[in-house]
Parts: sequence; structure tokens; C-alpha cells
Amino acid sequence: MSALFTVGDPVVDTQAPDGPIQGRWDARRFEASLISPANRRRRFVIVVGSGLAGGSAGATLGEAGYRVEVFCYQDSPRRAHSIAAQGGINAAKDYRNDGDSIRRLYYDTVKGGDYRARESNVYRLAQVSEAIIDQAVAQGVPFAREYGGLLSTRSFGGVQVSRTFYARGQTGQQLLLGAYQALERQIEAGTVAMHTRHEMLEVIVIEGRARGIVVRDMVTGEIETHLADAVVLASGGYGNVFHLSTNAMGCNVTATWRAHRKGALFANPCFTQIHPTCIPVSGEHQSKLTLMSESLRNDGRIWVPVQKEDARDPREIPESERDYYLERQYPAFGNLVPRDVASRAAKNQCDAGHGVGPGGRGVYLDFADALDRLGRRTVEDRYGNLFDMYQKITGEDPYQVPMRIYPAIHYTMGGLWVDYDLQSSLPGLFVIGEANFSDHGANRLGASALMQGLADGYFVLPNTLTDYLASHPLPPEIDATHPEAQRAVEDVRARIDALLAIKGSRSVDSFHRELGAILWEHCGMERSAEGLQRAITQIRALREEYWSDVRVTGTGAELNQTLERAGRVADFFELAELMCIDALHREESCGAHFRTESQTEGGEARRIDEDFTYVAAWEFTGDDSPPRLHREHLEFEHVELTQRSYT
Amino acid sequence: MRLTLNIWRQAHSEATGRMVPYRVGDISPEMSFLEVLDVLNEQLTAEGEDPVAFDHDCREGICGMCGVVIDGIAHGPESLTTTCQLHMRHFENEQEIDVEPWRAGAFPVLKDLVVDRSALDRIVASGGFITAQTGAAPEANSTPVAREDADRAFDAAACISCGACVAACPNGSASLFLGAKITHLGSLPQGQPERDSRAVAMSEQHDAEGFGGCTQIGECTAVCPAGIPLDMISQTSSDVLGALSRGHFS
Repeated sequence: MSALFTVGDPVVDTQAPDGPIQGRWDARRFEASLISPANRRRRFVIVVGSGLAGGSAGATLGEAGYRVEVFCYQDSPRRAHSIAAQGGINAAKDYRNDGDSIRRLYYDTVKGGDYRARESNVYRLAQVSEAIIDQAVAQGVPFAREYGGLLSTRSFGGVQVSRTFYARGQTGQQLLLGAYQALERQIEAGTVAMHTRHEMLEVIVIEGRARGIVVRDMVTGEIETHLADAVVLASGGYGNVFHLSTNAMGCNVTATWRAHRKGALFANPCFTQIHPTCIPVSGEHQSKLTLMSESLRNDGRIWVPVQKEDARDPREIPESERDYYLERQYPAFGNLVPRDVASRAAKNQCDAGHGVGPGGRGVYLDFADALDRLGRRTVEDRYGNLFDMYQKITGEDPYQVPMRIYPAIHYTMGGLWVDYDLQSSLPGLFVIGEANFSDHGANRLGASALMQGLADGYFVLPNTLTDYLASHPLPPEIDATHPEAQRAVEDVRARIDALLAIKGSRSVDSFHRELGAILWEHCGMERSAEGLQRAITQIRALREEYWSDVRVTGTGAELNQTLERAGRVADFFELAELMCIDALHREESCGAHFRTESQTEGGEARRIDEDFTYVAAWEFTGDDSPPRLHREHLEFEHVELTQRSYT
Repeated sequence: MRLTLNIWRQAHSEATGRMVPYRVGDISPEMSFLEVLDVLNEQLTAEGEDPVAFDHDCREGICGMCGVVIDGIAHGPESLTTTCQLHMRHFENEQEIDVEPWRAGAFPVLKDLVVDRSALDRIVASGGFITAQTGAAPEANSTPVAREDADRAFDAAACISCGACVAACPNGSASLFLGAKITHLGSLPQGQPERDSRAVAMSEQHDAEGFGGCTQIGECTAVCPAGIPLDMISQTSSDVLGALSRGHFS
């Protein structure tokens, strides 16, 4: 295994404040340098990505008076994949008087992440969560309301309080619209320049600092250089490396991977989240998996037939022949156990032959009890659009027949390493939202991704970025003719030319599909040393074949969707190998990461705190050279590390 | 099942386009319409031909990026459905299907089935927001919202900006899109201070982008995948007239 990577010096978060945890964010904000309103228009910031993190950051920085350039690959910033989040957003508002508090949200998040997130970051997240709801409501986000006009909440997997705010099943869309509208307001005001249908393909590093990016205009094919004082990546997660995932088709790792190759450490790449409530795969043609909000687990009951390979209509299976396995195994949380537990339990049931639907890869999510108890009207109110979506995709009516669900790749907790200021190890490069690694640990609780994206974009970055901008302005003599800028452009051109020149026989998608299958099999829900080693060998061989046999049609000087995908899949290959190396070195089961070699007698995940209470931050050392591991040791002063138990 | 797809091919915005027939086999009823285009593109790639460019992203019916005119109907024959959520169980074996881009003066074709819908963003930029500076927001529950107002706002906010309403309208009007945003923000107490100026500014931008006027034909709402009702257009007219009567000229 040692040949696969080397070990470097530990990495330390030099911006992490100490003192009482409640006062750390306040202390950091006070210590950070400010820039007077009159000087802000002379500071330029590039933001890559326009989802909840990038959109809110762009809008807030623009509003503060900075000059911002925002880039996205879609045709409009309102289409970022944050839009697909359904269930809700957490906030420690304690509107229900049920014992919630900042401390409890922080505690739940650290515990839910299996103690692999940073205390200070998570506490800050819980602190600003309240302000996010205030901000969104002020923007006109139509959250669910009680009849008295006050905000409604619901509970989500992994917690015992009701702190999740929601907008029917479209919370992501509505929050994104809030951020997008604020962004459009700044575009009109001239503080933000929006570049849609532009893809970032390289970071420009000058004298050790990120000073700009190289992008491709996806309509004309033109390669452009953009320089700024600082670069912010808000480009989302890399779940699409698995090919079949709940991510939008365009989600990719290119922006963060290119930054990684330029010096930004990549942290915990193997921490990918499997979501338990997806619509199962129906056939070979499948291009993506559709998630249904796990809020369904509030009222839906999950079961499988006791009898193996029971092909009966579920409505004909009597109660005595149903196994409500989550309620049986985890009586305290029942169907609301965290995502990783629910996912693995479903897989275990299917592996044991109790699965239902095509290929036996599904379990029932049954609303019959809820329909009896609440009535159809209430169920429609709460979940109507999800039911409609399910019916559209499967052709089955979930009001009549139980839904079938199966786990799928949904979110990535790993990402570029950042310090407390959300700055990567490459100075001047900040990373926010899903693109960084910082807040979720080895697992992500429901309704916390939207919270993190907006916390970073509205409240954290606009405060910490100031400190950097105040002391490290772009030297005035630097422009697009700088040798480093030109070199980055040449690298981009060379890469595009190389892909177009292969003229092989296999499509980009066929490689992506094969790569995804290897990862899902060996680096998905369950991993073993043997499987991971096999995966690394397979990925290397497939990558070699890719660079000699992929067929990319057309030219670089036009709208060319095949070329776009080809560049992304090329980066996925490199990431996939690092994911397997990371998974292989972490010999514990942790969060969504279950190692067969590390389990309790009862078959539950066994974490190994004495060896692995750290962030694994990987350094790129060259194409033919193994990555270097830097460990950031995690300190927990305010929570006791306990084995997670949901029984 | 097997199909013949007649697809609009156009190399770039200045090029002349034409319909080109393609045969596609191995189609299962569970596939989405876009997955059929994926299959066709794999086929074209294997033959060394340029694949068909089409916009799509989430494939969950929410991002609003996909959309083509299928046999003359925006997003195809199923109501309340985006193209990515249109499944082949609604088609017949050996059917011949026309596939065209959104057609509207304000939506130039970029390539094949891909059009430029940035005019919709510019309408939002002109006033489709509530000015709420980050950090200045009052406590969320200090502004109660009546349930019916919240529901009305939500129904309007469900618009996904796909542009199907424009493609379906004989006038190429974006009135349903406009009405949805005006209704969303105008139904909430937070949206009242800017209600007049918003309605006027957005309506003017709508016209400036080259979208046509509304003549209450209703094609827009018939094809809307988000179910935005026609009365939201009336809301625009009412808000604009009210604003003008109160002296809110641009």
C-alpha cells in the first residue's frame, strides 16, 4: 500500500481561533481586517459556481461593494444543482420549544458526521443558521407556514427535534431563487458580471497565489483569461464520478480538481454520501438516479417481505409477513435513523434476498398507515409533489401501492481542504459549499447541505475574504500577458487538442459508465482493502484506454457537449483513483464509509478514533508520482467521542 | 420499441437549420425522452457524426434547463411534465416524432435544440426580487404570512423558468413567466414596498426583450410543467395598472 501514497507533514489550520467555542466566530470577525466601503470597488473577486454557496456569496459581495465576476456552466445561475434539494434546511431557532439550541444543532452535526468534522466550523454553522432563515424569509422565500402565519418546521433523519424549515418539496429551488434574485439585482446594479455557459478549466497561480482562472465559452469555444484579487470556488460536489447519482448531469469535479493539481489539498475524498431514498434503477439505459426527499421517512414506513424473493403484490402481504427492519433494529429512531444507517440496512436486506422490484434492488416505503392516520389531504400537502414525481418515473401510484426505494450516491462530504476562513492551502483560493470538506465530517445529516452553502455564502466568506483582500491585492502590473496566465491558457488548449486528437472508438459516456460501476462496486457503500486495490488497478487501466481510445467528435471552436463531458470525465478518472487510495488508507468504518474489516460483532460500523481522528488532506505531487497524505488532527473539547448508537 | 425522430439540426445561430430523420431502436418504456436522445447520440458518435446538442441538467424535472418541442407541443404530450420526466411509455412503437427547439424571437437558437433564454434572467434582474440586504433581515417570525398568501406565493414561485410558455405562445410572450414572479413576490408582505416598481420595471423589460403581448390564448398554461395558472397573468395586468394609477412610471 505504501507505493500508492507517501506521508508528509501534518497540516494545521492556522486561522482556527481558540477560546470558548461560543465566542470564536465573533473573535475571528473582530480580528479580520476590514476594507472601507469606498475602497471595495477596487477589489475584484471571481466566483465559480452560482448555486446556494456561489449565488449567495456573489450577491453579498456585490452588495457590499466589491466587483464580482460569477461563472456557471448552465444557461442561467438559477439552474445550479442546489435547486434539486427537496427536503429542507435546518436552523437552531427552537420555534417548537422542544429543547433545540445552537449547541444541540452543533452536537447533532458533529455526532452525525461521526466526529470527523471540525468543532469550530460546525459551531459557527449552527450559530449562523438562524440568520439564514431570517435572510431567506426577508427575500420572499415561501417557506411552509402554520395557519397563524408563523413558520412551520418538521424533523429530519438523525435528530430528535423539529428544526427543519421547508418549502413543500422544493426547498432547494426556493432558497436558490432567493439567492439568484439577489444576484440578479447586483447584476443589474453593475457590481456583479455574470458569465453563463462558461466552464472553468484552470486556475492561474502567480507567485504562489490564485489570481485568476481560465474559462471556455461553451457557445463559441473561446478560451478566456480572467484575473482578480481572489478566486472563490463554489462549484459543488463530485458525486457524478459514480456516473449514476442523484447529481445533475453536468455536475463535475473539474474546477476543484484543477485547483488540486495547482496546489490545493483535497480532503477526505472517499467521504461520499449514499442517500437511502432514491427511486431504484430500472434498466441499463439509466442516465441518473432520482432522489426523493428523506422527509418521506417521517411518515412512511420502510419494510421488506419476511419471505425471500417474495413476488406478491405488496398489498397482499399480511402484516405478519412484513419486516419493518429499521423499527425493529433501531427502536429509538426507527425510520428516522441517519442516512448511512438506513442505506446500509436496505442494502443488507437486499443482499440477504429480501429486496423487491427489478433485480431485487429495492425496499418498500409504505404510506398506507400515514394515509389512514392523516388522510390523503394531509399526505398530499406534505409530500404531494414527491408522490407525483414517483408516479411519473415509475408509472405506479404511491397512494395505492408502496413506493420502492434504494440507496444512491447523493452528496460528497470530501472536497478541497480549507481553513477556518474557508481558504484552501493555495493562498487566495477560497472554497465554499459542497466544494469544500469542512462541516459534515464523514456523513451529512439531512437538511444540512443547504444550511452550509448559505452559511458560507451569505455570512462566513464575505467576512473572512475581506481579511485576505485587505492585505493581498493583485499587483497592478499583472495582466493576461503574465507568463503564468499564458501558461494556464496553453495548458487548457493543449488538453482540449489532446482530447480531440485521440479519435478513438469508444464514447465518453461508455467510459464514464464503466468508471462509475467500478467505484460503486468497490468504493461505494461498503469497502474492503482487497476490493479497493482491485479498483485502483481497474481505474488505471481504464484511464489509459480512455486516453488512447475515446472518441470526441467536432471541434473546440463551437458548442461541443461531447468535448465538455470528455474533459470532466478525464478529471473524474484522476479523482476516482485518489478516492480509492483515501478509502484504502482509512481502515476504519466511519459515517457513510463502511469498511468490512472494521465492524462490531453486531455488524455495525466500528470507528477507530485512536488512529483516524483526522482529516486526510492529499497533496498532488505530479502525474506519475503518488499523492502525499497530510493529516489534520481533530480536537474535540466540547463533545465526547462516543460510538454512534441509534438503537 | 423503435422510433423515427425528425430532429432540428442547426450548426450555430447564423446557420440555416433543417429537420433530419434518425432511426432509434432499443427503446424501453421506462426511458425518459432525453435518454432516447442519449441513445441516439451514442449511435451518432459511433458513426462519427456530430451528436445532437440539447440542454438538460438535473433530469429530475426541477432545474428547468431541458425543453424541446415534441410533435408541436412544448415538453411533449404529457401535462405538467418536463422533457426529462417524459417517459417513453407514452409513445407507440414505430412512431415518427418531430423534435424542435423552443421557437421564439427572444430565444435565439445556439445549436440544434439549444436556445438562449437569458432574456428571462434580464427580466428578473430588472426588478424580480425583494431588496433584502444580507444581515439586515428581521427575525423571521416577526412577519407572519397568512397561509393562503404563502400558498399563493408558493404556487407562483414554483415556476422553473424553462421557457415552455414562450415556446407555446403564438405571440412568443413570456407573460406567464412574468406573472409568476410578480405574483410570487407581490403576494407576500415582504414584497409590498417594491410591488409597484417591480411590476412596471419587469413588464417593460419583458417588452424590451422582444417577447410578444398576451392575448389570453392559454397555450402557456397548458404546457407549463409547474402548473402556473393563467390568472397570474391577470395579476400582472392588475399590478401594472395599479402602479401606473399611483404614478409609478419608469
